[in-house]
Formats: sequence, C-alpha cells, structure tokens
Amino acid sequence: MNEAINPPPPHISVRDLTMAYGSYVVMRNLTFDIKHREIFVIMGGSGCGKSTLLRHLIGLLKPAAGTVYYDGEDFTDAEEEKKRLMLRKFGVMYQGGALWSSLTLAENVALPLEEFTDLPAATVKEIVSLKLALVGLRGFEEFYPAEISGGMCKRASLARAMALDPDILFFDEPSAGLDPVSARRLDELILQLRDSLGTTVVVVTHELASIFAIADRAIFLDVAQRTMGGLGDPREMRLNSPNENLRFFLNRGIKGTNLPLDAATGAPLAPAEHPAPGAGA
Amino acid sequence: MNHPPANAPSEALTITREGAVMRLRLKGAWLLREEGLPTVEWVHREVAQGTPPGKLSFDLTGVTGYDTALITFLLGCHDMCQTLKMQFDLDSLTDGPRKLLCLATSVPEAADVRPHMDRAPLFARIGNEALAAAGEAREIFKFLGEVAVATWRLFRGRARFRWSDVWLEVQQCGFDALPIVSLISFLVGLILAYVGSITLRQYGGLIFIANLVGLAMVREMGAMMTGVIMSGRTGAAFAAQLGTMKVSEEIAALQTLGLSPVEFLVLPRMIALFLMFPLLTLYADFIGICGGLVVALSMDLTYNQFVNQLMTAVDLTNFSVGIIKSFAFGLIVAVMGCLRGMQCGNSSAAVGQAATRAVVSGITVMIVADALFAVIFNTLQM
Repeated sequence: MNEAINPPPPHISVRDLTMAYGSYVVMRNLTFDIKHREIFVIMGGSGCGKSTLLRHLIGLLKPAAGTVYYDGEDFTDAEEEKKRLMLRKFGVMYQGGALWSSLTLAENVALPLEEFTDLPAATVKEIVSLKLALVGLRGFEEFYPAEISGGMCKRASLARAMALDPDILFFDEPSAGLDPVSARRLDELILQLRDSLGTTVVVVTHELASIFAIADRAIFLDVAQRTMGGLGDPREMRLNSPNENLRFFLNRGIKGTNLPLDAATGAPLAPAEHPAPGAGA
Repeated sequence: MNHPPANAPSEALTITREGAVMRLRLKGAWLLREEGLPTVEWVHREVAQGTPPGKLSFDLTGVTGYDTALITFLLGCHDMCQTLKMQFDLDSLTDGPRKLLCLATSVPEAADVRPHMDRAPLFARIGNEALAAAGEAREIFKFLGEVAVATWRLFRGRARFRWSDVWLEVQQCGFDALPIVSLISFLVGLILAYVGSITLRQYGGLIFIANLVGLAMVREMGAMMTGVIMSGRTGAAFAAQLGTMKVSEEIAALQTLGLSPVEFLVLPRMIALFLMFPLLTLYADFIGICGGLVVALSMDLTYNQFVNQLMTAVDLTNFSVGIIKSFAFGLIVAVMGCLRGMQCGNSSAAVGQAATRAVVSGITVMIVADALFAVIFNTLQM
C-alpha cells in the first residue's frame, strides 16, 4: 500500500541535463529515468556524446546544466564523502579496459576491495580469484595488462567492475573490438548479471545486435538535433518512432521499416544478408 | 573540331567540342605510375577558350587500365563543373569509375568543420594570450591546492596510496640515477676547477681551487645540477607515465573508484623525490669535489693541501644551504612533472609534449626558486 502512495524513486534520474565543452553544447535537455534491475542502453551515431553522457552519470564530468539523481538523492552537487559512498555502488567497464598498467590483474581487481572494505588479505585473494574465474581468466592473476590480449583486458576490466558487487554496472562500448562470439557471450553475461544479481545495467553502444538482444529500454541521442531523439523499447521504436534518424539508425541505415530480421538476434539484416526474393520472408 | 590541348604530347586526353557539349576522350593507361598524364588544368584551359560549354561528357572506351589517377582527374573535372555551373555527364562514364566517383561525391563536404583561423587584431591576440596565461596560472594553483590537501591528509595518516609505489620510485629516482649524477657532477667539478684555475694561477692562488669548487658545488651546483638532471630524467618520466595513464583512461578509472589521483599517483612520487633529492645532492657534492681534486692534483697541489683548504672554506652552513634547496627542488620536479602529466591531451603526441613541458617548467621554476633562495639566504646571512 505504501509503495502505491510513495513509489520508490527510479535508480537513476536525469533532469534537464545539458553537456557542453566550454561554449560548444554537445547535448541539451536530456531527461530520463532508469529503473532498478533494468538494462538501459544509450545509443546514437559516432560522436553524438554517448560516452560523454556516461561520464556525466558517473561523476567524471560536471554538467553545464541539470542534475543527476541516484535513488532520489542529488549526485551532481553532493558532498565529497557522500559522493564517495555513492560511487561505491558503481562498477564501470571502460572502452579500452582502462586497467592500471603497473598492477597485475589480481591487484587490479583487488584495489576496489582494498579501498572500500576491511576484508583480510586472504579473503580478498579468494574474491579476486572468483571474479576472474567468472570472466574466464582463472590462472591469469599474476599477468600484467600488457601481457594479455585486448579481449582479455576487457574481461579483466569487467571482473574489476564487479569486484564490489555493485548495484549499477556501466559499460562503455563493451563489444568494441570483440569477435561476434565473444560479443554474444558478453551480452549473455549482462543478462545473467541482471537476472541473478538484480544489477541495473547501463550500456553505451551502437551495436544493433546487442541493443536488440539485451535492452529493456534505450535512449537515442540525436546528433543532428543535439538532444534526445527517442526513449523506449528499441524494438518498438524501430517501427513506430516519429524520429526519422532513429528509425534509420535502428534499421541499420536502410530506409523503410519492414526489413527481414535475423532469427537469432532479432536485429535487422544488412542488405547482403536478405533472403533472395521469392525465398520467403 | 579536334584540337589536342597545348603541351599535350600524349594521346591520353583528346578534347572535342560538339556544340554545347565538351567531350573528353581518354585513352591508354591512367595509372599513378604513368608520367605525364594530363591534368585538370588542361581541361580548364580548354574551357576558358571561347564560350564555356554547358556540359562535360566523357569517352572512356579507350582506357586500358586505371587507378586513383583517373578518379582524381574525374573528381577534379566534377569540382570544376560545380564551380563553373556546368553539367557533368555521369552516365558517359564506364561502370567502375562512375561508381567510385558517386561514392566520393555522395557525402557533401562538411562546411565549417575547421575552426576559423582568421588572424585576430593585435589587441585581441594580446588579450587572448593574457587570458590563457591567467588560465594556466589558475590550473597550477588548483593543482598545488590539491597537492597541499593531499599532503595534509598524508600527515594525518588518511592519504590513500600504496607504499610499494613509493619504494619503487625511490629505486628508480634514487639508485638508478646514480650513474648519470656521478658523471655530470664529476665533470662539473672538473670544469669549475679548470675555469677557476685560469684566473687563480695569475695571482698565485691555485690552492683556492678548493674554495671555489667546494663552495660552488655545495651551495649551488650540487643541488642545481641534480635538479636539472632529475628534471630531464624523472620529471619527464612522471609526465609521460601520468599522461599515458590519462590517455588510456586509467586516471578516470581511479576517479570513479573514489580515489584521488593526486593522492594515489602524485604523493608517492613526491615522497620519493623528497627523500632522494637531498641524498643525491650530497652525493653530487662529494663527486663534484672529487672532480676538483683531480684537477688540483694535476696542478701540483697535494691531497692534504686540498682537503685542509676545503675544510676551512666549506662549513656546515654552506652545506645546509645546498641541502635545503635540494628538498625544494625535489618537490618542484615532482610537482611539475605530475602536473604536466595530468594536463596531458588525448593523443600520443600530447604525451611527448607533456614530457617536454615538464622538463622546461621544472627547470624554469627551479631557477626562479634558486634566485629566491639566494635572496633569502643573503638576508639571513647564511
């Protein structure tokens, strides 16, 4: 009954966010909510400000205007200590991994644990081994980032993001540079994290296959209009959005919306993959 | 009317006019490696003669092979048609070149993408430079403030960094620097002694080489040469390390963890240099004096004479002057190196720039500090 009168605030609320570099406005008037346990995608063409929006959400950049709220609490103007407590609930996987190059994989994953908890060293070691095993890197604990491949760096970076069992996971272009099989595995992992641990996931991406596979809702940043071009379920927006740029984007740059879809991923097929005429829809 | 263009020894291009249409017949191999291929200038010249044609058409049937050379030529003709408002007959091209040309011209040229580089009037430029300098000063003060806060937290035992990083830097800045510090200090001592001996010899005062080298090394050159060497060696390294971390988002990853990059990255380096600089300076003093000793011995002074003279000339006060300066220089090198690293732009070229700026600003600030110290110590009669 209480919940009906006072519904819990959304996990993340963005109100009238304007992002600018000096006098150059990247995006203006972004307003959206991200619910608990939702997989929310931030999408748009290259250079539209997706990663910039992510940086604003995690506090690396200060907005030119507007506010970001976490569970109803102001994050943008919070005090240092309060902000640190809120940061503890985030896990961020950066585009290139951003592992600390002078630390081993184990030390990388252990650092958040050492900073935010008082667990004894032995326990930390066990948790680190578990996290690395979850991403398929068991045995690589003592390797340095320079000694492993780019894909492995990304996986280690995911292990680090998950170290503190965060409430929210942020992914910045997670499938960039990954082969299709690895990209699909990553999608499945994201779904698993949400289903098993109830983590809210925010993903910045422009990979259509991933968007259609994992997104509950998505926001489209329209680089032409420099504001949000659409917000909702990408499968619906592909067909019904009034924004032409958004439909164009979600239909893989092909005009018209009645495109054949990939049976496995639900994403629109590129022209080369269309079945021959007369072969059936 | 068939007229090959002037200066056209090749048959690669023949231009004819049929009423309002100018037809370009291309023959042979239009390849980059071919020399003397016709250029768009030739077409320009033809067009300029007489009334401009309404349409430019092509005959590519005689072309035996082509690559970028042909496409570049066609693109030039296309741009010329746009400027002169002529029609460009796309359909007269063969399949391959037509498709490539369509691809090249499909996206209109982005206008106003480059920022305007008009030269502003002199006063505006002076104003902009002044504002930029003020902004630079503000950045430095901001960084110094963060460093001060971090140092305060260090004294309260609340700073968050790894002591293992401190010891690693101690080895890299201290022990690993000994060879180059030895070499340069020895040579500086040597040079001072030689230069001094030129004048001192005339007054029969060669023994005062000990005074000269001793005082100069201990008060000034030990600290200053160590500072310059370490600025080039370690200041640049700090800037490059932190700059590369900035480019690969490692610093952002620290910030999202709630860790202050200043505490985690800058403090260990500052502590290491603060500890190592005085030791390196002492060592440089000693080696420099040895250099002077070598010169003195070569000029028929004895070891005992040199050492006794040295002991009378150089006292503890002079030593303290050098050592106090070395503490300050160590902090300066660390702070300037780390500052430039954190200010680094987003490319590998920027990392190189950051390293250069670290060295230059480190040395500049050290010299300014040296001058200040000279005034202070003079006032204190040290």
